[in-house]
Amino acid sequence: MSQSAVQVKGEAKKGVLKRSSKVERWLHVYKQLKKNKMAVVGAWIVAFYFLVALLAPIIAPYDPLQIDLVNKLQGPSWEHWMGTDDKGRDILSRVIYGSQLSLAVGSVSVLIGAVLGVMLGLIAGYYGKLIDTVIMRFIDILLAFPGILLALAIISALGPSLINVMIAVGIFSVPTFARIVRGSMLSEKKKEYVDAIRALGASDFHIIVVHILPNIFSPIIVQGTLRLATAILTAAGLSFLGMGAQPPSPEWGAMLSDGRNFLWTAPHIATFPGLAIAFIVLGLNLFGDGLRDALDPRSKK
Amino acid sequence: MTEQEKILDVKDLKTYFYVDDEEIPAVDGVDFSINKGETLGIVGESGCGKSITSLSVMQLVPNPPGKIVGGEINFKGENLLQKTEDELRKIRGNEISMIFQEPMTSLNPVYTVGEQIAEAIRIHQKKGRKEAFKQAVKMLELVGIPSPEERAKQEPHQLSGGMRQRVVIAMALACNPELLIADEPTTALDVTIQAQILDLLKELQKEFNSAIMFITHDLGVVADTCDKVVVMYAGKVVEHTDVDSLFESPKHPYTRGLLNSIPRIDEDQEELEAIDGNVPSPTNRPKGCAFAPRCPFAQEICHEKTPDLEEVDQVKARCWIYTDQWQGENPIEEGGEVANVGS
Amino acid sequence: MFVFIIRRMLQMIPVVLGVILVVFLIMQMVPGDPAVLLAGESATKEQVAQLREQLGLNQPLYMQYFEYVKNVATGDLGTSVRSGRPVAEEIFTRLPVTVELAFWSIIVTTVLGLLAGIISATKQYSISDISIMIVALLGVSLPNFWLGLMLILGFAVNFQIFPVSGWGSFMHVVLPAITLGTAGAAIVARMTRSSMLEVISQDYIRTAKAKGVKQTYIVYKHALKNALIPVITVVGLQFGALLGGTVLTESVFAINGLGRLIIDAIRMRDLPVVQGSILVVSILFVIVNMFVDIAYRLLNKRVDLN
Repeated sequence: MSQSAVQVKGEAKKGVLKRSSKVERWLHVYKQLKKNKMAVVGAWIVAFYFLVALLAPIIAPYDPLQIDLVNKLQGPSWEHWMGTDDKGRDILSRVIYGSQLSLAVGSVSVLIGAVLGVMLGLIAGYYGKLIDTVIMRFIDILLAFPGILLALAIISALGPSLINVMIAVGIFSVPTFARIVRGSMLSEKKKEYVDAIRALGASDFHIIVVHILPNIFSPIIVQGTLRLATAILTAAGLSFLGMGAQPPSPEWGAMLSDGRNFLWTAPHIATFPGLAIAFIVLGLNLFGDGLRDALDPRSKK
Repeated sequence: MTEQEKILDVKDLKTYFYVDDEEIPAVDGVDFSINKGETLGIVGESGCGKSITSLSVMQLVPNPPGKIVGGEINFKGENLLQKTEDELRKIRGNEISMIFQEPMTSLNPVYTVGEQIAEAIRIHQKKGRKEAFKQAVKMLELVGIPSPEERAKQEPHQLSGGMRQRVVIAMALACNPELLIADEPTTALDVTIQAQILDLLKELQKEFNSAIMFITHDLGVVADTCDKVVVMYAGKVVEHTDVDSLFESPKHPYTRGLLNSIPRIDEDQEELEAIDGNVPSPTNRPKGCAFAPRCPFAQEICHEKTPDLEEVDQVKARCWIYTDQWQGENPIEEGGEVANVGS
Repeated sequence: MFVFIIRRMLQMIPVVLGVILVVFLIMQMVPGDPAVLLAGESATKEQVAQLREQLGLNQPLYMQYFEYVKNVATGDLGTSVRSGRPVAEEIFTRLPVTVELAFWSIIVTTVLGLLAGIISATKQYSISDISIMIVALLGVSLPNFWLGLMLILGFAVNFQIFPVSGWGSFMHVVLPAITLGTAGAAIVARMTRSSMLEVISQDYIRTAKAKGVKQTYIVYKHALKNALIPVITVVGLQFGALLGGTVLTESVFAINGLGRLIIDAIRMRDLPVVQGSILVVSILFVIVNMFVDIAYRLLNKRVDLN
């Protein structure tokens, strides 16, 4: 008994040690991040948007779908800070509720892209040879579609809806994740600890998921942040084209699309949703760049 | 030694670096001079400031973070530090030129080597493209590159390391400079090619009668090529001597340490001795003599005050041993064999 | 070099086949029976069966794919459901407009991006550097369809300098090209800056200075040519984003190009047109990528050595 107890204790100790060194590492990253003023600004912007999305029902002054034809097409005023649209709906409230949609659509599609991409990247990188060639050729083919055309092709088949936008934008993000994860996997699997664990008889799945994945997590997080920016931008673009959210949904891209018809009489309708998109994308880009510099000192000069 | 003979006279040169609000005195009050047609070796371990000294003379210290903060660099009697960038440009590559350590990266990968040599000629001798290129081919021939005409039309990646260094030398000598600064020109090369390049430099020096400032950490190279030697340690000159005195009667304990750490064919040596410890980091130099912590003879005063560079037997050394302040006997035997430093 | 170009051209074939395969498979995801969709609600069972036979839909999937590849290779992209005209014809009447838009936009991307990047790098940490980098950061973050609307608002509605929409004269090109080229210009500017800064710290730049070369020559002769090498790849990638972006820009400015054709076709569920257009634009991108690779190779001869 005593021996196994000692062993367990030893393992547990190792676990604790490992954890505390991990905490230290993230603490270091946090400190690096705090030094980078642009990253801090980005983090505040992102935090602000998530807070707004979370508190939307409390802070939104009006119902985003409430039609009020008497007060339609009004410019910004004390009652309506961002004015009203062609149906008299309060644009501020719509922008606030829109943050829920954009963040949700962005996050879900990045998640889809990350899960698929990470899986493909891990398998390609770990097994190499033919599997690697097949997967990476497939990724190359996905990358051969310029910009959002792949997403458009998928939506054209599935039909326009916000759900399909998530799937389409998700698949659009797969190549980025797959490439990054494969690259990290190639350098990680050469390390000695992998051989040591394999010698102990661990299964491939165990090695990949339990041992390697946590070690290549930081580039995935960086990419996830930057991809979230692209995903929000792409999803808004698709909704702008009428391929995603349908009226009267307060989706920013769809609101912009509404607003273009009133560019002469009520330019504020198109202005504010666009600003909302621009700022969250800016925040995510700043934060993502800072995160990359903090996690990977090599990428800095 | 009259002032006229001196082609380069560096006085109290200070080049500091500023990194993260910290001042790093890389070169901290360096004095030396070079006479016409003479070869001066600058010796020291890496990090002693010898490369920064050479870059300072050319005023090519990367700024920021580096800056020349004091002193004089007199070239043919004129202080280079007071010249404008335009005036300096006319001197660089023309009257003073430089050979760098890394032949693999010192040439621009997207231009032919002929073009790169011709560029210097075009700038300083105001010659046309064709004429300059012809002269470049001649230079390549001079530095011993076979079939120079074809080589001139090649790009650096098509040449071996030794060839590239010959190209760099050809480029430096293209305008017949009065002073050539060679910063470890052979360090990155194979031993056999090293010897060839050194021979080439010596030959060319005879032909062009240039003065050479030769930066190296290799005392063998110094014995082979130099007339005078400056030994640097932690940003300061610790000994300024001629090559014979350097090997026969080194004055500074650091110089002795360096000599003891190289193998010599002409003497039976039981074992080589490395100098204990490391060069102190420039941000954290000891008070007093910078070598004191590693010096086998160090006394109290060495740890407290920095000695001056003073004349000792026609050469100069920066050591308390040669002053009145020294307590007891001189531990370094005059003129005789190198004392057994260490235990 | 010649061998490289031939090899690079041959490499395009599997990619193009793969692109066709992906488009083909995506169209298989369309819910419902394509024969029923094509024949219309009122068609009888016999009519549907006949149509299925005619279209080869009762053959195995891989046979259908081979058939499709064969058709594409011979320039047959099917028939538009809506207009009844050949898809290829519909596409090639629209393509020149989109190519022209893409051309001017890539000019905006490269010229603006390079200039801004060079100024930024040569005057590192100056006011102009900082402002250029802030503008570049905004340029990456702005949704281009919104930028387009704002440009219309500013320069076509408030100051009536440029036309609001349409195509034809040079004045029509200006706002769409800026709209489409800005994001790329921002990325190229950031890339050029970091690439220039990297090159400027190289040994051979020091060598050039030691030769007495003038600062302007150092920047434009010695540094730029080297710094451009990685930028070329970025410009190539941006061209892809830009081709995709034509869909949005053409929609904003009501330009009758391929992008608008795609959107209209998706709305009308005219799948052969969607399929064909996306295929043509993608193949165009694959060809552009090949040229980018060749240009990269021409500039960066050092690759030969490794």
